[in-house]
Amino acid sequence: MSSSPTSGGVPALVLVSGPERVLADRAVDSTLTALRSVEPGVEVIRLDADAYEPGSLVQHASPSLFGGVKALVVRGIDAGTDELLADTLAVVAEVAAAPPGDLTLVVEHRGGARGKKVLDTLKKAGARVLEAPAIKTDREKSEFVTNEFRRRGRRIDPAAVRALVEAVGRDVSELAAACGQLADDSTGVVDADLVETYHGGRVEATGFKVAETALAGDTPAALRLLRHALAGGLDPVPIVAVIASQLRQLVKVSGAGRGPSGSLAKSLGMAPWQIDKARRLANGWTDDALGAAVQAVAAADFDVKGGGRDPVYALERAILTIGRARTGR
Amino acid sequence: MSVWADLVGQSRTVDTLTRAVADPGSMTHAWLFTGPPGSGRSNAARAFAAALLCERGGCGQCHECRTALDGTHADVDVVATQGLSIQVARARELADAAAHRPSVGAWRVIIVEDADRLTERAADALLKAIEEPVARTVWVLCAPALEDVIITLRSRSRHVRLRTPPVRDVADLLVRRDGVDPSMAMYAARAAQSHIGLARRLARDEGARIRRRDVVRMSTRIRTTVDALAAAADLASIAGEETTASSTERDAAERTKLLETLGADPAARTQPPAVRARLAALEKEQKTRATRFARDVVDRSLVDLMSAYRDALLLHLGSPVDLVNEDLRPDVEKVAHAMDPTQLLAAMDAITTARERIEANVPPLLALEAMAVSLRLPRR
Repeated sequence: MSSSPTSGGVPALVLVSGPERVLADRAVDSTLTALRSVEPGVEVIRLDADAYEPGSLVQHASPSLFGGVKALVVRGIDAGTDELLADTLAVVAEVAAAPPGDLTLVVEHRGGARGKKVLDTLKKAGARVLEAPAIKTDREKSEFVTNEFRRRGRRIDPAAVRALVEAVGRDVSELAAACGQLADDSTGVVDADLVETYHGGRVEATGFKVAETALAGDTPAALRLLRHALAGGLDPVPIVAVIASQLRQLVKVSGAGRGPSGSLAKSLGMAPWQIDKARRLANGWTDDALGAAVQAVAAADFDVKGGGRDPVYALERAILTIGRARTGR
Repeated sequence: MSVWADLVGQSRTVDTLTRAVADPGSMTHAWLFTGPPGSGRSNAARAFAAALLCERGGCGQCHECRTALDGTHADVDVVATQGLSIQVARARELADAAAHRPSVGAWRVIIVEDADRLTERAADALLKAIEEPVARTVWVLCAPALEDVIITLRSRSRHVRLRTPPVRDVADLLVRRDGVDPSMAMYAARAAQSHIGLARRLARDEGARIRRRDVVRMSTRIRTTVDALAAAADLASIAGEETTASSTERDAAERTKLLETLGADPAARTQPPAVRARLAALEKEQKTRATRFARDVVDRSLVDLMSAYRDALLLHLGSPVDLVNEDLRPDVEKVAHAMDPTQLLAAMDAITTARERIEANVPPLLALEAMAVSLRLPRR
């Protein structure tokens, strides 16, 4: 069973699968563009799983009195009601059995177990599958940025990629928009200076970065990152939690002796790379200093949870104390 | 045997309460029982309810007495929470119940066992009902200390203070009521610092005794920050184990029962949405209960740990008072040798701070770590 192409080489069934909003939107857009290239008058009907009314999918899928080509886009089927899932299955079965030629069904599935049956049925019916994989790690983001420029026939040098990911990497759609802007506004190879001009001074800081910098003893940088993190909407409570857990790993590693990280991993309950990282940080810490740091973090945790008046000050004080403890002053 | 028999070492309280039962002139409509944990606050409240409802002033034998002591009497409402707090909705129900006349007995008695866990709004919802009571309704609020109850409730009720019962009396109770061996009863009463429920557990449960010993010995073990964090992790994991041990079975039983009530198939791989919603609500409730239980276990361990430093301080001062940890005297001596009185007091302060922090939602592990760091033995 395979659905025959309707127009513009687009099959009657299209599945967009994956959690990444930007990529999923893009996949839907490209499908619609391909359709329009052949059939400019295509009627696009978008259905949201949240606001789905039972039966409306079947109704839209049935041939119109006036003819014309239709594209049905169903979004977020992974959070859909049972009725939506049942309706989708019915329409897919119908289209697969006898491709109508004037209908394209695009189903978006963000992931998870719900709606799995629809997914499998679509794949079995020979639907075109467009992936929208998650972009989470810095490496994935860098690849994404490089691809963005390649798509536009442009080049960007690695330092510029790094700077861009650091500046606006927290939100992928923001990253995509920034890439578009840079590509439109410039010519030639995009370099770090250009990124600096557009996004200079802005740093995406996470709790982990704050913790790492503070524990590495770079107090001024840690305070700066903290301010960026808070300005970026991070709450003090998880930041303290991250510092506490990093510090815990540091103490564990400093008490574990030498030995290769792979063999220590199990007994410490940490991944080997965490051990290596904690080891690098543990340089320059004495046992007493670690003790003082633990106490500072616990006090800060109490303060950010209502024990003190100003959560931000509590955090800053903890970072200052950590820095002083490390240098032994 | 009278209803007051199990209320050991509280003769003054018993006098006050029996007088109130016998003489309408000494009776009040709202009472506030305070006393350290394990001193028998809720038992006193139930005994008082029984005495009020019994025709012979608390014989301990009749139907009224027995059901009141059980908390199953139609005119006795016992409110206790296994969660972290008593919410305003529950308080409003109580205020409604308080307006009803007693159905079979002479009084309607409402016992709030954890008045300290009333949220502020919940306590406010009770004010009116407690201030202007219906003629035959009696409120009995229980809390560890006066300060744990908001001032507006305090001022509307009569205060009865239970004292920490003497070790000897608690041991006698264990021997008499639970048939514990006298020397074991003495050890348990002392180690539990007169907390009756805990003493009973220690006397009967070998595991509890071992856990307690491990906790007290922690005071001799911590030398470096690395030790301190390991000790804190041990403490937290002991609490975790005890929580899972006590809750897994009960949680599963509750789930089965709920499914039965809803007529759902327990073997089904996925439940219908309506059942799922109820299950989720149950799981949420079980989770709060587990949080509270884990905190309570940690808190109890901290009290045990504190006793080691208290004993060490007594040794320094040469006080004739009995040691709580008489059975672990060598360990206590080690601590006394290593730390001077100032350091011992600082250690006890650190433990108190940790208890306060856990109360304020600091993750128990982090609070324990900071505490353990302060408990490091000074280098010689």
